[in-house]
Amino acid sequence: MKIVVPIKRVVDYNVKVRPLSDQSDVDLNNVKMSMNPFCEIAIEEAVRLKEAGTATEVIAVTVGTSASQEQLRTALALGADRAILIETESSLEPLAISKALAKVIEKEAPQLIILGKQAIDGDNNQTGQMLAALLNYSQATFASEISIEGDSASVTREIDGGLQTIKVSLPAIVTTDLRLNEPRYASLPNIMKAKKKEMDIQPVDSLGIDTAPRLELISVEPPATRAEGIKVESVEELVSKLKNEAKVIS
Amino acid sequence: MSTLVIAEHDNSNLKPSTLNTLAAANAIGGSVHLLVVGSSCQAVADACAAVDGVEKVLLADDAAYANQLAESTANLIKSVAADYSHILAPATTFGKNVLPRLSALLDVQQISEITEVVSEDTFKRPIYAGSCIATVKSNDATKVITVRATAFDPVSDSGGSATIEAVTPEGVSDLSSFVGEEIAKSDRPELTAASIVISGGRGMQSGDNFHLLETIADKLGAAVGASRAAVDAGFVPNDYQVGQTGKIVAPDLYIAVGISGAIQHLAGMKDSKVIVAINKDEDAPIFQVADYGLVADLFDALPELSDNL
Repeated sequence: MKIVVPIKRVVDYNVKVRPLSDQSDVDLNNVKMSMNPFCEIAIEEAVRLKEAGTATEVIAVTVGTSASQEQLRTALALGADRAILIETESSLEPLAISKALAKVIEKEAPQLIILGKQAIDGDNNQTGQMLAALLNYSQATFASEISIEGDSASVTREIDGGLQTIKVSLPAIVTTDLRLNEPRYASLPNIMKAKKKEMDIQPVDSLGIDTAPRLELISVEPPATRAEGIKVESVEELVSKLKNEAKVIS
Repeated sequence: MSTLVIAEHDNSNLKPSTLNTLAAANAIGGSVHLLVVGSSCQAVADACAAVDGVEKVLLADDAAYANQLAESTANLIKSVAADYSHILAPATTFGKNVLPRLSALLDVQQISEITEVVSEDTFKRPIYAGSCIATVKSNDATKVITVRATAFDPVSDSGGSATIEAVTPEGVSDLSSFVGEEIAKSDRPELTAASIVISGGRGMQSGDNFHLLETIADKLGAAVGASRAAVDAGFVPNDYQVGQTGKIVAPDLYIAVGISGAIQHLAGMKDSKVIVAINKDEDAPIFQVADYGLVADLFDALPELSDNL
């Protein structure tokens, strides 16, 4: 079984992102970039399925700038077998990214596609579901457990009230939630080996898809700030403030 | 201009997030219809018909929709989509699962988790864990939108008298099927609907220690939440998680205990009316958003707090 794992290069989760001074966009000058944390969980799951003998090949894919090769190399160091970069200099919207990924998946014909539930830059939480729609595949979002059973997969999903288990027929799209696994760190020998693994680079224009943006970014502002609070000296003082000043408890 | 709001429900009860989503629909303007997709869910349709400001309720009641799986639900919504300029759902795990699928079926770029309606085609939404607020304008013919419930005051669930119209099932899919569900049973209020939330972080040290929070929660009628760090450490299940990748809450009172206050956590709670932080590290970033900060060891402070309530 072949598994495709789409990943994304994003601002590192430790970076505090601010708007540009003209508020036209976010300021991403000289900030540290990393693989989106949910994508690391997706790679880890695919690699574990390969280690368990369920999968035969793991292919990491991204749609992004040339610099995204760095994150694809990380995916290869974590255990992916080969990588595909669909190269574009523009920042594509999730719908356009899904269309590009659909082309790759039609060609590779994997049985399972695992991707992060959301990227921590745009916080959209869309690509997996959109990809499933474009391919008319089944979808299992926010997965905390995946088990492959013949031509279907049983997936436990993190939903608002608890857990839901569904059975999806393969090929299926699964998006990862936090507790699916704990991703490993790449070892030095594996980082060295990853440099020799195959990376195919294709321009997005070669796919023949419509990538024109549908949204206009009007402005990016900082969020409203909260008025500065106070420190209380004791639990008693805290309770008294909550009762008499904030009036939120009685 | 007319807006279709997808009702969130469990076949018996309408979820409150639907009422917040309707408020966003009202802010857009035009007529507002509600779509109920489910099985044996006439009671939900009746509740929807009574909601203030709803003109019409569409009801797709069929066994195929018992669990509102994404494939069949998105196909059904698509079958009625042509009549609407806007399609909205709450940004809950239900809405987040179904709406992007619908959006791609309609060849539309969805706008996720809006927090403000600027005009009929322009919306505000947080990005980068709420570090920035983007204003985006959609040029798609149909606007497909998920709504952050905490950003909109709910409409009244009474006073309306909408007509109910049956919708024929369309595009029922067998790509996925429901196996089972484990819904956490709790006498405490739901996290996203509670007026008081008390959350624990890594500082709680273990899942067992969460009983210290539960005791206080029960005295206050509060819900119990957690930071991602506490979920990651296995102290509590993921449905406790408040933050960028968990639930967004905005209660009247939020008490953060042993939570350092990473931006990812703040993204889920910083719109709370009053924030209390209890942490032994006086430099913890949580104190920067707290209205009342108490620098103390939580294992001393929590029992004392419980005694004082």
